Amino acid sequence: MTVYWLCFILFLVGLYGVITRRNLIKIAISLSVMEFSCFLFLALIGYTEGGAAPIVDTADPVKIYVDPLPQAMVLTAIVIGLATTAMLMAVIIRIYRKYGTFDIREINNLRG
Amino acid sequence: MKGMTVIVKKTTQLIAGIVFLYGIYIILHGHLTPGGGFAGGVIVAGSFILLILAYGSDFLNLVKEERGSTTYENLAILVFLFLALTGMVAGVGIFFANWLPHGTPGELVSAGFLPLYNIFVGIEVAASILTIFLALIIFKEEVLK
Amino acid sequence: MELAISVIVIFMILGAIYAIHASDILSAVIAGGIVGYSLVICFLLLKAPDLAIVQIVVETITLIIMVAVVLDSSRKEAYGKFDTQAWVTAATAVVILAILFWFLKEASAPLAPFGENTMRMADAYVNGAVDKTGSVNLVTGVLFDFRGYDTLGEATVLVTAVLGVLTILRIRGRK
Repeated sequence: MTVYWLCFILFLVGLYGVITRRNLIKIAISLSVMEFSCFLFLALIGYTEGGAAPIVDTADPVKIYVDPLPQAMVLTAIVIGLATTAMLMAVIIRIYRKYGTFDIREINNLRG
Repeated sequence: MKGMTVIVKKTTQLIAGIVFLYGIYIILHGHLTPGGGFAGGVIVAGSFILLILAYGSDFLNLVKEERGSTTYENLAILVFLFLALTGMVAGVGIFFANWLPHGTPGELVSAGFLPLYNIFVGIEVAASILTIFLALIIFKEEVLK
Repeated sequence: MELAISVIVIFMILGAIYAIHASDILSAVIAGGIVGYSLVICFLLLKAPDLAIVQIVVETITLIIMVAVVLDSSRKEAYGKFDTQAWVTAATAVVILAILFWFLKEASAPLAPFGENTMRMADAYVNGAVDKTGSVNLVTGVLFDFRGYDTLGEATVLVTAVLGVLTILRIRGRK
């Protein structure tokens, strides 16, 4: 149970970064930290004590395997995470070209 | 953009082909060993990114490459959708039906449609990531011009 | 097993805290890499080699993109003086974190202990899956056969993200 709590604390650290930081790149890093904690939580849920990796050896079948369903979900989510992070970086670099700063409060003041 | 020094270029020349082949291996053996279309696609895109970063490229070539990779990406997802639709037409009327013969589990040609899905998802992921990378580089070149 | 993963997760938390508070953006990006690469070790310990392969390559490419963006612009952290608005933000963060912590206490009660997965959902995906799909790798079987809709949707999201990047980064119309 400890490891679930630690995983959730990692999520909260990412959320704290998103709420309190003013630099856009740090907000992007905090978002990916939250993403990683979600992946870790799903992988932790699927772990079975003494289970083998979900690849069947047809000659010598093992009885217990790790749950393959969360792994398949996380597999697609990781690649989506890369695409969304890249899109976030594209938005950030475009904002930097327009306003010349990464500080969100300054961008708020410059608006209009 | 400019390339790097001659040491980096020579090392890349030796490594990039092997990285590309490793990605193809991961894609083709996706139903037998860990890996598959997603992992192999990212590795293949990584070999192209390595070549572009080490050797550099001029603006027109980058635009041409970006157009090519966008085409491949869209074609790959269309073929993926088409393969899934063949289950409706030829199989038992189920979307994503795996109606090809399964063969012996554990051999390279087995599992019906799964290797084909792996190949096209691999092309799609590789082309997508390469397109994102090329778009970022082209933006930088356009700003500098 | 639980102890080893707990130690690695503590390292990830420390890396994330440093990444949030670093005064140089480039070192913050590298410290974010600590979290991603530690995740690879966690996946290997949790018997998920597919995820480990994907994560190590994806993290490398993410780092390349982020470092390129940072080197192309400014490395300065936006430090201001700690004024009223910053106090309000910090207080809001603490309140939200406390509420979410209470939710965790409520939600973790019916959760099975670590390592005792009931496989309520995955039983049908494991027993006899090799005969149904013909694939020795069970994750590929789930990904492309049992849950093909998920994969199709994921591919669509990927295409949409690429279209978004191309639209955002276009300065003038390309022929």
